[in-house]
Amino acid sequence: MTAIVAAPDDGAPAEPSEPIAPESLAVKTVGLTRRFGAHVAVNDVNLQVPRGAVFGFLGPNGSGKTTTIRLLLGLMTPHAGSVEVLGGAVPARASEVLAHVGTLVEGPAFHPYLSGRDNLRRLDAFDATTDPRTSKQRVATALDRVGLSAAARKNYRRYSLGMKQRLGIAAALLRPRDLLILDEPTNGLDPQGTREVRTLIRELAADGATVLVSSHLLAEIEQVASHVGIMSAGRLLRQGSLADVLQGANTQLRIETTNVDDALRVLAGLGLDAEQGQSGQGKGSLLAKMGDLTADRINAALVSAGVPVHGLRVERPALEDFFVQLTGEGFDVVR
Amino acid sequence: MSSVDTVAAPTIGITSTTRHGGVFARQLRSELRLVFRRRRNLAMLVVLGAIPILIGTAVKVSTPRPGEGGPAFIGQLTNNGLFLAFTALTICLPVFLPLAIAVVCGDAIAGEASTGTLRYLLTVPVSRTRLLLVKSLGALTYVAAAITLVALVGMLTGLALFGSHGVTLLSGDTIPFASGLGRAVGVVIFVFIDLLGLAALAFFLSTLTEVPIGAMAGTVALVIAFAVLDSVPQLGSFRGILLTHHWLDYGDLLRSGYSITSLAHSLLVPISYTAIFASAAWAKMTSADITS
Repeated sequence: MTAIVAAPDDGAPAEPSEPIAPESLAVKTVGLTRRFGAHVAVNDVNLQVPRGAVFGFLGPNGSGKTTTIRLLLGLMTPHAGSVEVLGGAVPARASEVLAHVGTLVEGPAFHPYLSGRDNLRRLDAFDATTDPRTSKQRVATALDRVGLSAAARKNYRRYSLGMKQRLGIAAALLRPRDLLILDEPTNGLDPQGTREVRTLIRELAADGATVLVSSHLLAEIEQVASHVGIMSAGRLLRQGSLADVLQGANTQLRIETTNVDDALRVLAGLGLDAEQGQSGQGKGSLLAKMGDLTADRINAALVSAGVPVHGLRVERPALEDFFVQLTGEGFDVVR
Repeated sequence: MSSVDTVAAPTIGITSTTRHGGVFARQLRSELRLVFRRRRNLAMLVVLGAIPILIGTAVKVSTPRPGEGGPAFIGQLTNNGLFLAFTALTICLPVFLPLAIAVVCGDAIAGEASTGTLRYLLTVPVSRTRLLLVKSLGALTYVAAAITLVALVGMLTGLALFGSHGVTLLSGDTIPFASGLGRAVGVVIFVFIDLLGLAALAFFLSTLTEVPIGAMAGTVALVIAFAVLDSVPQLGSFRGILLTHHWLDYGDLLRSGYSITSLAHSLLVPISYTAIFASAAWAKMTSADITS
């Protein structure tokens, strides 16, 4: 199994327990560090995005996601560490590698007094690897894919926020890509647009592309991502497949029993923290942190001690709860 | 351990990239379209084109009686239409042309940075050196077009108002119209090289900031500073290294016995500025972090 599981508890940076073969990584950074003055924006990040994955790149505002993305794209140079994208070192081989990478970084940006179509044609014209004869067709296809065909001739300045975002995605899709780096792709989109983007990401992944998508809409990410990485204060706290990362979260076991006191004693004997939940009609409910034990072991211990178990349910926190658990509750930007 | 491993077989490598011919021409065409379709830039060309018409009309309406003052050029105007081209360039050179250059060249990189399009161009990808080259050639084409426009409109207006007799030079000799035309071309080239130094300066400032108006204002402020310093006689020979000091030396081309070496010497200053600031712009462009 090529799982990348982080050490579950401490706040140390994720250390892959089983490093996967580098050629199967679409993005790989080693010890990536970037400072702004005394402030370390990206601190010793070892990012590993497997090929074919939909990688949800998460983190609160100011956690270093965008700086990491800028480093991946060669827009900035790291102060330490290295970057490899699709097997090529960045920035050294950026000109070869980036043609295969579609990007949406920090929101869409286009010339306001050019139409959506002319803006895409300009980007297409600057791409040395595209055939000029099929430029018109590529632009039309990309516009169609994001539902902007009707507004193609309108000046960018007159686009709504959602239309601008769509044009940004169209630019990333101008040609087939092996890797898409999408920074907050659903920003400003209406619910339909958000759904479309989700579908689009699934389609792209189904076609074999790797998608690195940063977002703070965690429910969103949970629906599309196969892998996640969580950043906070410049460090990559966790990364790996979604299931593996969530496994490290505090999974709890809800036990329903008529004999709460005995149950608590048994759980304490197993070394587990438990608290009494809501109870009603002669039944008691307990919530126990599972630690390393499995549900059936806990159940066996309860039953053998003569505790009647009426119900047993494993409760895994949603990605959002886990995220808050890792990165802190506060609303304030970390730094 | 259960994992949602959707990792595809690591066969998706970098698909082959074929470079298509004429890449540079295609990029430059796109850049020229951007520069010449921008309304602000077109408006400046309209203003520049109107200046020779205004001067010509004004001179025609109030023809100065012979021997009654006015700059040497203006006096020649009524003798030959071609002189209107020289006059218009001389009037545009201190202020109007530098202003247009400050706007277009100062906007070149800073403008892309401020709209955020710079990061998308670089991730297309376009190498930074290539991008600087395409952007500067686009802007320099505009500069050349602006100078040619002033000269051409000046000449045509002059011919319409004052006719095309032999051209009487400032030195008093009269040369045929055809060789006068040759000298006009020489003047246009001289003015272009003059302004190349300023364009390089504007490009450099444009790589320093994400605020285009800053690069534009900086360029204009420097032109004014050069002019002010140049008018302080106490500075002596130091004034020789000011960009604007030799700008008007093309007047020599309008005398019978001009010296190529002296003209070349005058052009040494703008050429040096071009070399220094183009290198500085390149150094900045290829090393800077793109944070816009």
